[in-house]
Amino acid sequence: MAKKLNMRKRYELLTRGLGWEPSYQSKDKVFAQEAYEGIKITDWSKWEDPFRLTADAYWKYQAEKDKKLYAVMDSFAQNNAHLNLADASYVNALKLFIQGVSPLEYAAHRNFARLARQFSGEGAQIACQMQSIDELRHAQTQIHTISHYNKHFHGMHDPFHMFDRVWYLSVPKSYFDDASAAGPFEYITSVSFSFEYLLTNLLFVPFMSGAAYNGDMATVTFGFSAQSDESRHMTLGLEIIKFLLEQHEDNLPIVQGWIDKHFWRAYRLLGLVAMMQDYFLPESPMSWKEGWQIYFVENAGALFNDLGRYGLKMPKYHEIATAEADHISHQVFGIFYNYIHAAAFNLGLPSEQKMNWLSEKYPDTFDKYYRPRMEMWAEMAKDGKRFFNMGLPQLCQVCQIPMGFTEIAKGDPMQVAYRVSEFKGEKFHTCSDGCKDIFDHEPEKYVNAWLPVHQIFQGNCGGAAVPDVLNWYHFHPEDGGDYAGSADEARWKAMKGAVTTESTETTKPIQADAA
Amino acid sequence: MSLNIAAKEIKPLRQNYGHIARRIGEHKPATRYQEAVYDVQPTTNFHYPPSWDPGRQLYDTARTAIVMQDWYSFTDPRQFYYTSYVAARAKQQEIMESNFELVEKRNLLQGLQPELADQIRQVLIPLRHYEYGANMNNQDICHRGYGTTITSLASFNGFDRIGMAQYVSRIALLLDGNEETSLNVAKQAWLNDPAWQGLRHVMEDSFVLDDWFEILLVQDVLMDGLLYPLIYERFISQVAAQGGSTFLMLTQFMNEWSEENTRWTNQLLKVTASESTENAALLAQWTQAWLARIEAALAPIAQLAFGEQGAEQLAAVKAELVTRLAKQGVKV
Repeated sequence: MAKKLNMRKRYELLTRGLGWEPSYQSKDKVFAQEAYEGIKITDWSKWEDPFRLTADAYWKYQAEKDKKLYAVMDSFAQNNAHLNLADASYVNALKLFIQGVSPLEYAAHRNFARLARQFSGEGAQIACQMQSIDELRHAQTQIHTISHYNKHFHGMHDPFHMFDRVWYLSVPKSYFDDASAAGPFEYITSVSFSFEYLLTNLLFVPFMSGAAYNGDMATVTFGFSAQSDESRHMTLGLEIIKFLLEQHEDNLPIVQGWIDKHFWRAYRLLGLVAMMQDYFLPESPMSWKEGWQIYFVENAGALFNDLGRYGLKMPKYHEIATAEADHISHQVFGIFYNYIHAAAFNLGLPSEQKMNWLSEKYPDTFDKYYRPRMEMWAEMAKDGKRFFNMGLPQLCQVCQIPMGFTEIAKGDPMQVAYRVSEFKGEKFHTCSDGCKDIFDHEPEKYVNAWLPVHQIFQGNCGGAAVPDVLNWYHFHPEDGGDYAGSADEARWKAMKGAVTTESTETTKPIQADAA
Repeated sequence: MSLNIAAKEIKPLRQNYGHIARRIGEHKPATRYQEAVYDVQPTTNFHYPPSWDPGRQLYDTARTAIVMQDWYSFTDPRQFYYTSYVAARAKQQEIMESNFELVEKRNLLQGLQPELADQIRQVLIPLRHYEYGANMNNQDICHRGYGTTITSLASFNGFDRIGMAQYVSRIALLLDGNEETSLNVAKQAWLNDPAWQGLRHVMEDSFVLDDWFEILLVQDVLMDGLLYPLIYERFISQVAAQGGSTFLMLTQFMNEWSEENTRWTNQLLKVTASESTENAALLAQWTQAWLARIEAALAPIAQLAFGEQGAEQLAAVKAELVTRLAKQGVKV
């Protein structure tokens, strides 16, 4: 009679011990990336497997999940279920998603493969490999889900070309390039912990609950289908931090530095999500500030209480991010309102109803600082002087967002914040103390940033005039601008307005269909 | 009240994403495979030089000496993207699961000749480490390679290796009634037994190659191209003929996998070699440099498997591989 094996032991026997210490080539050469960041690993066997999933079980579960997901996707397309959306302005959230988020999933796929090659412990190695292939799943299921939307709306027609070029997409790209260019332990601290563990809910919940509130069942389905993968990724994020801190006390200052840095970078990137959450969604389940309160202040607060026993502190400048929660979405909206003619999504000033919602959600700031601005812009537009900023903005050298954030923590929310550093006789501008610290710590890295505005001025982006640059981005004239009067709005009205019943037969048929 | 759907504006604005349309045209609907893989990888305007390879970009065609006009010239004959990949494997694992279940339930290994069981322990079980090393190489290709049609297959290939390492481990546990004796012995053999050192040596040398395409050739074409036919076709057939037909069932996955691996690597070699005489020459040169060494490394394993017939069996699989390579334009 065979001995009974419990799950833990079985997984260990099937997995641990597969690797070996090389002897024909030096370990330092085979695992060339393991040492150069100064992280000390004394014993990989102390790694606690965050989940014990054998390859065959993985295939089985994932295939079942995908079967359901693609069934929903197919029926969504067949039934033209985009017609059930609350409003087409919601689709702007998906535009931002496919342009700015799906490429990050792909980058994570490639880089977790690096970790899976470079970590010499099998436990961590295999966990990273599973995340790598999961991330490919996310990128591909998103491409497939949004493919249907691309057929019916503008701005989603060339996302990967755009990701490599467009000014606002250099914000997510530079953040992931930053981690990808770093060593493997910084990478995993950045993506698995600072991003996935600390902040992923702030990305995931707004997009997915936004989709649910606005009738987008296809996106809800891929979102929820991805969530079971995400929970594995989050456990990996927590396990790696604990493991590094338990391995050697010298790891603490290094890891704390990475957490501080990547928290701030990820937070700055989420400024785009904050705008989406408060300004894109016709029906808003939750404000950015409410999300920040729950998912960062409460959850991360509790987490760092737990991690305190390792000597780990809350990320530097977290209190500034919390103070900014009252402002950030409005400020990012302001920036994009200025430049929406050069974006591949539409934006509009909030309706009176939406402004009332914002007043209610932001009682300390919206009416005082931001409503007057919106009202002034509305007034200007009414007089035929819709304000567009035709100059190119100064970008932060680190986060690459136009320098429009203000001195909120210093109690001066009307003063634009900027910081200056000098490196090799040149000046570099940053938007905040957080970004300045990051620059000053590794100036030789950040001077390499591919800053879209600098690149335009240097003639590397298709030409000197805005239309040349937009052409180089593969933007079409109908992709950007105000939502009111946009091609998407007109099409949406045609889609909805033309649903005729016998009782309203007077509705005119659509020109395009009649043709 | 009847709904007049015809009047609704549901005519699509476009069929395809722009990057897909540029490849297959605007009006032909893309397959899911095409959408999932074409041009997804970033190609330009990277922000920072990688600390792990400062002379190159994050994604860089210069990480191999192979030159392609278009790195998406190769497409997978199986058309695997994530979902079609896991769906195919889910079916296979279901069969494997029932195979293992049957063997366990009916105690099919009970009547196995002890000598045959020992031979399985010696020849098959150490291969779990080979699979693990092959996985490392494929994760490396996935990371440093170029073009999603290739790198995503390396990801799947690596994942398969973990699956196969786990199947081999389960065979060891079956032989030992869940004791880890054979696993430990096999690891010692992999680390110290002279019969395995040649193969381990080649593999460790492949880990430190700079050129990812060379790694792909050495691992997925040359090492696999000799080892899989030798072990999973020939050795397992011999075991079956000697009363161990159970092992046909327990290694069914590996046998099918080898056919698949041959299919896509053949296509990759064909596309790469036909791109230019330089590519073809380079592939031939690499093959020349590695094949004899791999063959020598496998000789003692062939002997463990076939005794005196070892050399002959190995020569036969080598001849098959050389013919196979020649058909793809790699002449040695």
